[in-house]
Amino acid sequence: MENVAIELKNVSVNYSTQKALTDTTIKIPYHTFTGVIGMNGAGKSTLFKVIMGLVKPQIGSVTVCGDDTKTAQKHGHVAYVPQAELVDWDFPISVHEVVMMGRIGAQNIFKTPHQADLDRATEALLQVGMLDFKDRQIGELSGGQKKRVFVARALAQGADIFLLDEPFAGLDATSEKSLVELLISLKDKGKTIILATHDLMSLPDTCDHVALIKYTVIAHGPTKEVFTQELVSKTFDGVLHNIKFD
Amino acid sequence: MEILTQIFQTNYLALIIEPLQYAFMFKAMAVSVVVGIACAILSCFLVLKGWSLLGDAISHAVLPGVVIAYIIGIPFGLGAFVFAMLAVVLIGFIKTNSKIKEDAVMGIVFTTFFALGLMLISKIVSSVDLTHVLFGEVLGISNESAWYTISILAVTSAIIIIFRRVFMVFCFDPTHAQSVGMPIKLIHYSFLVLLAITITGSIQTVGIILVIAMLITPGSTAFLLTKNFSTMIWIAVSISVVSSIIGAYASYYLDIATGGTIVFVQGCVFLTVFTYQTLKQRQL
Repeated sequence: MENVAIELKNVSVNYSTQKALTDTTIKIPYHTFTGVIGMNGAGKSTLFKVIMGLVKPQIGSVTVCGDDTKTAQKHGHVAYVPQAELVDWDFPISVHEVVMMGRIGAQNIFKTPHQADLDRATEALLQVGMLDFKDRQIGELSGGQKKRVFVARALAQGADIFLLDEPFAGLDATSEKSLVELLISLKDKGKTIILATHDLMSLPDTCDHVALIKYTVIAHGPTKEVFTQELVSKTFDGVLHNIKFD
Repeated sequence: MEILTQIFQTNYLALIIEPLQYAFMFKAMAVSVVVGIACAILSCFLVLKGWSLLGDAISHAVLPGVVIAYIIGIPFGLGAFVFAMLAVVLIGFIKTNSKIKEDAVMGIVFTTFFALGLMLISKIVSSVDLTHVLFGEVLGISNESAWYTISILAVTSAIIIIFRRVFMVFCFDPTHAQSVGMPIKLIHYSFLVLLAITITGSIQTVGIILVIAMLITPGSTAFLLTKNFSTMIWIAVSISVVSSIIGAYASYYLDIATGGTIVFVQGCVFLTVFTYQTLKQRQL
């Protein structure tokens, strides 16, 4: 089998009034750390939704870990770490319960947790260093801890591909650094990490691959080759500040 | 002094037991408690999902269904259910196919349905029946209606409790649920159907207008008091049951509306909890 985690072939997605992605083709290899960048509304979230199988492209095909998106959903290949602002942090749910949600795809229709599920959740919390916080309500955590909990949910799910939407938004430098370290360690253990980010400054230190999105994939490849002034300014219509290119 | 003597000499047990000797009171009490439990459980999900207004919309939209059922002589729960689903589908359809925001769409749909109900009532049904539909009349409930209400609400409550983990994920993170292959549309519409059935089942007790409070207040009060979802359901149910019992007794001894009293007590509990919480936070 090819070493491809995600493959989109000539994918086009149109919402009722506007085009979101046009003729998009991309192959993301396993065990890579890919930063997806582009302006707001340029199709980053649509790309994520296509990978998760939430949006069906009108044209083109999507393959995730060698499966179609429906099968990939059943196998729990892809896990999603939502943007902080899309989560209701007042929800009466504990850290442990959030991580247990990673197991729902594998459970019976009543979603009754078994000992194996509990063990997976505990293991995942241990791996992200959040086991001591398992009984906390999720709003009682710092920004970095909140992200770790959702990463633990992805681990409990047993996903191969982790999609993170703006994971660094609102994090201080220390939390960002430690989250990046966690993600890189997961990549080294065989996970494929894909994150949408606005943080262009730290991108070359974080991601080994970059995908530039502007209604389609402008360029994708190893950071050194693709994260160039020319391509990035093409993606952002020339509006760039304070970014150092090698 | 006389008052004190009176207070000490009163046989409270008798006061509690006396109304229950009447079949109509016993029935009213049982039905009110079941309605209270069913609405309280649902209210926890509605409040967390941010769907309180949907309960409002559905309960108003069932009015023409109730009137038409009355005219053609079918069980009014059935008529109400049909119109509840019509409203839900119409709200969903307009929202998906226009740029109007959901709250506005709900407002338009439920007021139009409610208005149609009022038109039908003014032409066909006597004003006494109107009051029953709008404000509930649990004391006059027939055996048949009582059993109907109790059984369907028992079933909906049981379904929600059995699938509580599914509905909790649906409220907290539907994107995640969908990304691991859960049938989110099926869950969405099942929830709406359960909501519609609960509303139609509760109307006879508290009426179209007050059922909204039963679907919002207990969950909101419980939300202020706990950070645990199961505890939240227990608190909401307890508040609701106590309010229902107080409402039933008050309507017996003070000769006042049962539905109104139930909802009023719930509102008072909410305000008490809110005041307590606010004062506690100020002190910290």
